[in-house]
Formats: sequence, C-alpha cells, structure tokens
Amino acid sequence: MTMSDNPRRSLAARSFHAFGRMNVSRAFRSVVGKIAGGFIILLVLIAVFAPWIAPFDFAAQNLANNNAPPAWPHLLGTDEFGRDVLSRVIYGARTSLSVSATAIALSVSVGMTLGAAAGYFGGMFERAVMTVVDLTWSFPDILIALIFVAILGPGLTSTMFAIAIAYLAQFTRLTRAQIVRLKRETFIEATINLGAKPSHILLRHLMPNAIAPVIVVGMLAIGDGIVLEATLGFFGLGAQPPTPSWGAMMSSGTAQLFLSPWVIIFPGIVVAVTVIAVNLFGDELIRALDIRDRLREA
Amino acid sequence: MTMLNVRDLGVAFGGVQPLSGVSFAVERGETLGIVGESGSGKSLTAMSVMGLLPLSGGRITSGSVEFDGQDLTKLSEKAYRNLRGGRIGLITQNPMTSLDPLQKIGPQVDAVAVLHLAMTPAQARVRTIDILGTLRIPDPALICDRYPHQMSGGMKQRIVIAMALAADPDLLIADEPTTALDVTVQAQIIRLLDDLVKERELALILITHDMSVVAQTCDKVLVMYAGRAVEHGSVGAIFDAPQHPYTQALIGCIPRGLSAGEQLTCISGTVPSVMNYPKGCPFHPRCTRAHDICAVTPPEFAISAAGAVACHFPGDAP
Repeated sequence: MTMSDNPRRSLAARSFHAFGRMNVSRAFRSVVGKIAGGFIILLVLIAVFAPWIAPFDFAAQNLANNNAPPAWPHLLGTDEFGRDVLSRVIYGARTSLSVSATAIALSVSVGMTLGAAAGYFGGMFERAVMTVVDLTWSFPDILIALIFVAILGPGLTSTMFAIAIAYLAQFTRLTRAQIVRLKRETFIEATINLGAKPSHILLRHLMPNAIAPVIVVGMLAIGDGIVLEATLGFFGLGAQPPTPSWGAMMSSGTAQLFLSPWVIIFPGIVVAVTVIAVNLFGDELIRALDIRDRLREA
Repeated sequence: MTMLNVRDLGVAFGGVQPLSGVSFAVERGETLGIVGESGSGKSLTAMSVMGLLPLSGGRITSGSVEFDGQDLTKLSEKAYRNLRGGRIGLITQNPMTSLDPLQKIGPQVDAVAVLHLAMTPAQARVRTIDILGTLRIPDPALICDRYPHQMSGGMKQRIVIAMALAADPDLLIADEPTTALDVTVQAQIIRLLDDLVKERELALILITHDMSVVAQTCDKVLVMYAGRAVEHGSVGAIFDAPQHPYTQALIGCIPRGLSAGEQLTCISGTVPSVMNYPKGCPFHPRCTRAHDICAVTPPEFAISAAGAVACHFPGDAP
C-alpha cells in the first residue's frame, strides 16, 4: 500500500522529471550566453564529428614537411613529425572534452550521493564521509594524479580518476550543505507529516531542490578539468602519443617553441577560449537558475 | 467514540522538561481547541501526537497517547509513518513554505493518496481534483498544473489542508492554521475546517491563540500554560465560568467593542522560558490570586466529566 507499488525505476524517473523543470535553456537568453554556449556546442559537435571535419589523419607523419608554418593545406602548420596541427587540435577536442566531462560526471555522481547521504543521515556516518572527502582536498591535484599514474600507469584513465578525485570534495561538500539546509525547511517537515519514507523525501524533494548549484559548479569544474587534463598531458602523465590532447601537444611544442611556435600557440588558444567559454556559460547558468543565494549559503 | 486520548503526557529534551502533565481527549465529530500564549507547549503537544519528537531530539518521558485504542508511544517509526498523513493529518502553521517549490500542486497532493490509499497516480488525480473542489478552490484541474509560487497564501493553505485530507484521516490536527493569513481569509479557513468536521465526522484539534476562534468553532477547550494543561472543559463551561485565573485572564483579553480611548487588556509579564519554569504552579508569578502554597506545590490536574482545572484556588473571577 505504499510507494513500493511503483517500481523503483519509476520513482527515479519521476525524480528526474522534477530536475527537468530547472530551465537550463534560459542561460542562452543573453548575448554572452549565446556566444559562450554556442561555442561549447560547436566544440562538442567538432569533437563528435572529428573524423569528417579534420582535413588530415591526426597521426599521419610527413617528415619532409615538418615544422611547416600555417599555410594551405596545413592551415595551422605542422609539428615536428609533419603532422597537421589543425587535425590534431580537432581530435584533441575529443580527448580534452570527453576526459574532463566524464571525470566531472563521475565526480558529481559520487559526490552528490555521498554528500546527500551524509547530509541526510548525519551523525557518525556524516563525520566519516566528510573527513575522508576533506582529506582528498588537502592533496594538490598533481599529487593525486601522480598516485594514479603510479598505480595505473600514465594515460587518460589515470587523468580521469585524478580529475574526478580532485573535484569530489567540492561536490560532496556542496550537496551536503544543500541537504542540511533543505532538511530543516518546512516543506520537508510537511512531507514527513504526510508519512513519506526517507527515500521518497531524499529523491523526490531534497535532491531536486539541491541540484541546481551542483549543475553550475559542475559546469565550471569542466573548464577546470580541461586545464587539469592539459596540465597532466603537458607533464606527460596524461594522453600518451600518438593520442592528440591539447596539453600533450603543447608539451611537445615546447621543444620547438622558437622554431615553430604555432605548435604550442594554437592548442593554447583553444584551451584558453574553451575555459573562458565554459566559465562564462557557467555564470549565465547561475543567473538562469537563480541560485546565487544558494551558492553563497553553501 | 474517543479518537484520541492523551493522558499525563510529559516530554523532555535532554535535561529540560518543556511539557508535563498534559491530558485531553477528542471524540469523532468534535473539535478541541488548544489555547495558550506562545511557548506554552501547544505545538509540542501536536508534535508528540505525530511522533515527530525524535526528529528534533525529544522524547516522551511519561503518559500515553492513545489513538483509536492504540498506544502511539510504543509504535515503531514504520508503523507511525502509515498513520502520519494517513489516519492522522497535520496542517502546519506556515502554508507559504509547506509546499515543495519545484513541484506542481497536483503531484504533491496526489502523492498522499498514492502512498496511503494505494491508488495509481491517475486515480489519485481524480481524487485530488475532487478534494480541491470541496475546499472551494476554483478550477481545481487548472490549479493542479500550477507551482506554489503562482498561488496566494490562502490558496496555499487550502492546498495544505487538501494534502492533510487526501487520505481521509480520522483525526486532523491544525496547528495555528491561520496565523500566516490575513483576517478575511482566516475566517474562511476556520469555517472550512468547521464544515469538514461536520461533513466527514472528523476529530479536529485546533491549536490557536485566538480565543474568539475557539468560542466560535470548538466544542471543548484545553488551556495550556508553560508546558502544562491548566484547564480543560466544554466551550460553554470555560467561557461562562472559567475556573483558572489564567483562563479568566485570556478571556479578559479578547477585544470587544472598545470605545475610543479605552485600553486593550493584557496579562502582565511573559511566559517563563523552559530553562527556568517556576516551582509550584507555573502561573503563580503572574497570578493575581497567588498564595504561599502556589509557589511550593504544583496543583493537581485531574479530568472529570465536568472538566478539569489545575489551581489551588479555582473559582470565579473576584
């Protein structure tokens, strides 16, 4: 005679429906939102359709034409192995975006679950979770990455875990703060008075009301994740050759910085512009979801 | 038939005892008013009946709460959950913040019938529209698609009442249901509750600090002061011949047809805080009738057919 009549799946599905009401599309209303959001969408499309867009194979070497300056047909020049920089930047978008987005998605889902559980149940459980999570925050990102590189070897998987762990604390703390605040709201008390089960309260009322700031911080974190991925790639801890990644490209470009600066400049510009676009869009999201106050409280 | 019978209820939060010796009973189709100043333990009494004390760290230390012959103080949390919103409905003080801001009205009300009456969402919606109609909400079907912020306070309070009624409860507790509303709406809501009691044979506990509301709608009254029941009886008896000096003072405070320049009456002093309830009778520092014994021995409170009073010197106002 309870919620168990509906399969758990439908409860989750309906919870998601409530999230859907938060109108992300409103972030596209302003000029800044249109430009930044448009750029991000463009970048995602480029990443998805890279094989059709890239003029050359990103790994095809042509040592006879190495370190060539930007000119037709190599619009952004070639690197030390004669590989087309434009094609590598295009394929690099795949690596950078997917690694950062996947890592942040992982971080958000684990962080929200931990934070929500900690905030809702409280007590010793909360203390244990928060202590461990805060501990991960006390290590520099690079050090966390090195730990994973030591365990898994250098590569994109290590990079992903490193980024996910680096941002875990932020999402856990943010969600916990939201849940702790919401738990005292009258409508939650009212829901308890109507006989709702804890799972119902958590999934249908607390989480939907807590998610907006997490979306925004997650968006901003994707920008940071791109930088972190580039950093790790730059140090040779991330993407391994010949996989193109913006950070790894810049790393290899340092050797010919004065001979062929385009190898390092173009990936650098793309990283900078992407991060700026993601941050600006994040700001627009804050405005669109009207959560400035909620972020401040967290 | 007695729906709710509370005997000698005592509540403690750690070392402090904000509630002790509260007894009352409500029958089906009857309205009990619980009155008293802020801080006299009215809401705490409601929380105890709803089994919500553990949430805020309190516990019942003495007495029993008997609902339809079942002692609620011994009930498991899971069994309590079925009662809450099911057989016992609670209407909270603040309609403005009692609804989830992210959910439409319809699904929020539907959820109660889905949960307690094992209805499908579609069946629950039919029922929701029906209930909203009986609460005289215009265009109930349209209202279901609204969000709480699109509605007025009076409307929201009706929605909250609809949620409390959705599972057809036997007992309804209304904790100051009109405090947050303006006066004209207050009267409508009170009349609405009064009609519901008569139509559905509900037992209603109306918590308020408005004596005139009690006089109009209630059958019985429980007067509370500083976490204690001080007087209990039928509305007629309490208003015609109040025995406790505090009840007399409360009735004396009802404003009626004042002429220009006349002062409103009030009770001097304030309700003592939980941390330092006075010894003996809690009302004695503010009582005009206090003797030496009042500061030493707390007066007994025993329910009889005629009512009950906790005072060493009960009687008509001097």
